[in-house]
Amino acid sequence: MKEKKLKGGIFNRVSDTNLLFFITVVIFFLMYIGAVVFRGGGFSKPQTLFDILNSNAGLIIVALGLSVVMITGGIDISVGGVVGLVTMCCAVYLDKTPGGGNVYVSMLIAVGIGLAFGLVQGFLVAYCDIQPFIVTLAGMFFARGMTTIVHTKPFNVENSAFQKLKNTRIEIPGLGWYTKKGIYFPAYIEIGVVVALALVVILFIVLRYTKLGRAFYAVGGNKQSALMLGINVKRTKFLSHVICGVLAGIAGYVYFLNVGSGSVSHATGMEMNAIASAIIGGTMLTGGVGNIVGTLFGVLSLCTIQKIVASAGLGEAWWTGITIAAMLCLFLLIQSVVIRLKKRTLKV
Amino acid sequence: MENDNRLLEMHGIVKTFPGVRALQNVDFFLNRGEIHALMGENGAGKSTLIKVLTGVYPKDGGTILLDGKAVAIHSPSDAQKLGISTVYQEITLCPNLTVAENMYIGRGKGSLTKWAKMNADANKILRKLDIPAVANMQLGNCSIAVQQMVAIARAVDMDAKVLILDEPTSSLDEQEVEKLFGLMRDLKALGVGIIFVTHFLDQVYEVCDKITVLRDGQLVGEYEIKDLPRVKLVAKMLGKEMDDLSDIKGESGTYEGDDTDLPVYEAQQLQSNAGIKPFDFYIRKGEVNGFTGLLGSGRSECVRTIFGADRVLPGKKNVNGKLVKIKDQIKMNGKRVKIKNPRSAMKNGIAYLPEDRKIDGIVGDLSVRDNIILALQVMKGFFKPFTKAQAYAFADEYIKKLNIKTASADTPVKSLSGGNQQKVILARWLLMNPQYLILDEPTRGIDVGTKVDIQKLVLELASGGMSITFISSETDEMLRTCSRLIVMRDRKVVGELSGDDLTQSMIMSTIAGGE
Repeated sequence: MKEKKLKGGIFNRVSDTNLLFFITVVIFFLMYIGAVVFRGGGFSKPQTLFDILNSNAGLIIVALGLSVVMITGGIDISVGGVVGLVTMCCAVYLDKTPGGGNVYVSMLIAVGIGLAFGLVQGFLVAYCDIQPFIVTLAGMFFARGMTTIVHTKPFNVENSAFQKLKNTRIEIPGLGWYTKKGIYFPAYIEIGVVVALALVVILFIVLRYTKLGRAFYAVGGNKQSALMLGINVKRTKFLSHVICGVLAGIAGYVYFLNVGSGSVSHATGMEMNAIASAIIGGTMLTGGVGNIVGTLFGVLSLCTIQKIVASAGLGEAWWTGITIAAMLCLFLLIQSVVIRLKKRTLKV
Repeated sequence: MENDNRLLEMHGIVKTFPGVRALQNVDFFLNRGEIHALMGENGAGKSTLIKVLTGVYPKDGGTILLDGKAVAIHSPSDAQKLGISTVYQEITLCPNLTVAENMYIGRGKGSLTKWAKMNADANKILRKLDIPAVANMQLGNCSIAVQQMVAIARAVDMDAKVLILDEPTSSLDEQEVEKLFGLMRDLKALGVGIIFVTHFLDQVYEVCDKITVLRDGQLVGEYEIKDLPRVKLVAKMLGKEMDDLSDIKGESGTYEGDDTDLPVYEAQQLQSNAGIKPFDFYIRKGEVNGFTGLLGSGRSECVRTIFGADRVLPGKKNVNGKLVKIKDQIKMNGKRVKIKNPRSAMKNGIAYLPEDRKIDGIVGDLSVRDNIILALQVMKGFFKPFTKAQAYAFADEYIKKLNIKTASADTPVKSLSGGNQQKVILARWLLMNPQYLILDEPTRGIDVGTKVDIQKLVLELASGGMSITFISSETDEMLRTCSRLIVMRDRKVVGELSGDDLTQSMIMSTIAGGE
């Protein structure tokens, strides 16, 4: 009955956010199935997917935070720098302090650095009304600079408590595989993945079911309207940067758990990968549209394509770069075509 | 308290913007169960007064009393908490959220969004108000009228003490307006005080109890509706006796063209990708014609096609049973021209003043001067800029000619009132000295005084030999200015009226389609 009154079909009923999310998920599965079919072997093993997760848990978390900021209509390009700084600080603390540092304190350091960046950048963006791009550009330079000041030479972290945490593997029953000699390898994920997935769930709930989460969307959709609707726009923007900062801190630690070393070159360009992932995941740079689970799939898509490129024997960094570029273009093209098609069916 | 019934008192409100004293010592009083019209020309300070009341602008002086107690309102959410809810002229909702969210976001207790309850509540209200939308639909997918109704539904649902309606009816059709009025009367019976801002005099006299008139940021007075006949109201708003509107056509004299002249613009089987049925169209030198029809009948789409703003599709004609592409689809002064985009239209001397000045027209952050010379600069080429002196000379000439109220030529356009913004855009196109000028709703949302100014200007320009197509939602305005009307229904041209046929009733019956 009700549906009859409305013009257009299901296309018009779906929100932009869900539409883009749907596209992302479909493309990811098509791509993965394609990889299984054409590249065979490796991709049919569940562990390949888990490996992608294991080595990119940090990227997932960074992209989550970035999505929140992008949904609010902002941008944060300091996240890669923050991850690098967190990694270096934690590494120096755990390895270079006399008697070895405490793992829990190192976690606090990570979150603290992220929080500090989030607070300062959020304040500048929201309350001083400075362009987020400029603020976080400065933040990026600052973080990279600080990283070099803390320590310059690469080194491995030997702290035993940390090593224990780093090597903790959570086995997943039933998904392991046998080698030709009949030895069983269990499938496993690392702690970072658990953290990342937990954060996906938490943020999904926050964005979908809390007033703050909906305020992020409202502000990103139309700042002026959000103000008129009685939303505290400044506070909302501020909090989006704080969340992003804290997540970058956590991501730094997760990344650190994965690499287990301190190096100035860690996490270079990570912010760009994170932005690309968020966009592939259906978050729009213009704000107001985006989905946390989509971001997860965005990261997975990005990393899967890298893996496919590598397995095709094109392991060099430039090939990866070129494929990511092609993929971004493809996604943006699909997004804009679909959104435009939708608009066209509507406005008559 | 002298009056128990008093709900809201605003005493001596002062608000200054750089270069403009928007409100000077304005008093405003609202009683319980009263529908109170706030009237005034554009730039009189109605919107500013409302934005001060709702906390969008901080006030520079004066006090606000609600229920006899002084209140401080610093933000729209403060106002909402005090029970002041507002429907703004421009739709201030978030297009990316759902209908229900737009109705409930920013209010209520707790920090969680309960979707099921929210959607159920929203659907109940939507059904009650008979709004054709569902709660979980994305708002951006709804039509403008539905969005406006959703904004009203939100405001109504807030159990407000004071409901402010700032030009809520401009995008609604008659039925929806009636529905809104019914709603307003219901609320009035419940003791809600309603502030109603509109340009439609009919609507004021239909629902309001009292009128407060503002002019140039000052209070003119508060009147009972029965004590203030229309003519007096208009006179109060303008601050002078009303020109006899119906006579302006005679005043300016018409351009004496020769009927044998080739039309300035002529098109056959014109159609565009916006879904307009093919139509033939011509306009002669010095002629003022117009497209009329209901909202959404395709008036704007027609002129957008003429200007090349929508993609023009090739016309076809039937020759001996075969469809043949028309070669000279568009002719200007007898010569075949190609108009594929606004740029080529401008090159051919066509200028277009768009319907939605915020989207298509002004560049808000640029100065009045830059906005005026923009189009001419584009045609001249960006690498050959005008000198400062030239630019100022152009700007000053038109600011004077069109009587644009601005602090200086360097003021950003966005700080001007709506009517003056419209004049700036008009100046921009006049500067191009076009042979054919298209005005799409140039008088929408602007006050009576400026309306008359613009109508007079149209006739003046036409008598100087310019061809003008004029579109307006108000048919009496069209009747006053146009010598030929093209009537549209459902995206199709259904008739053409001129001479003695140009009457309100003929237009109505043509739009309605026969008997």
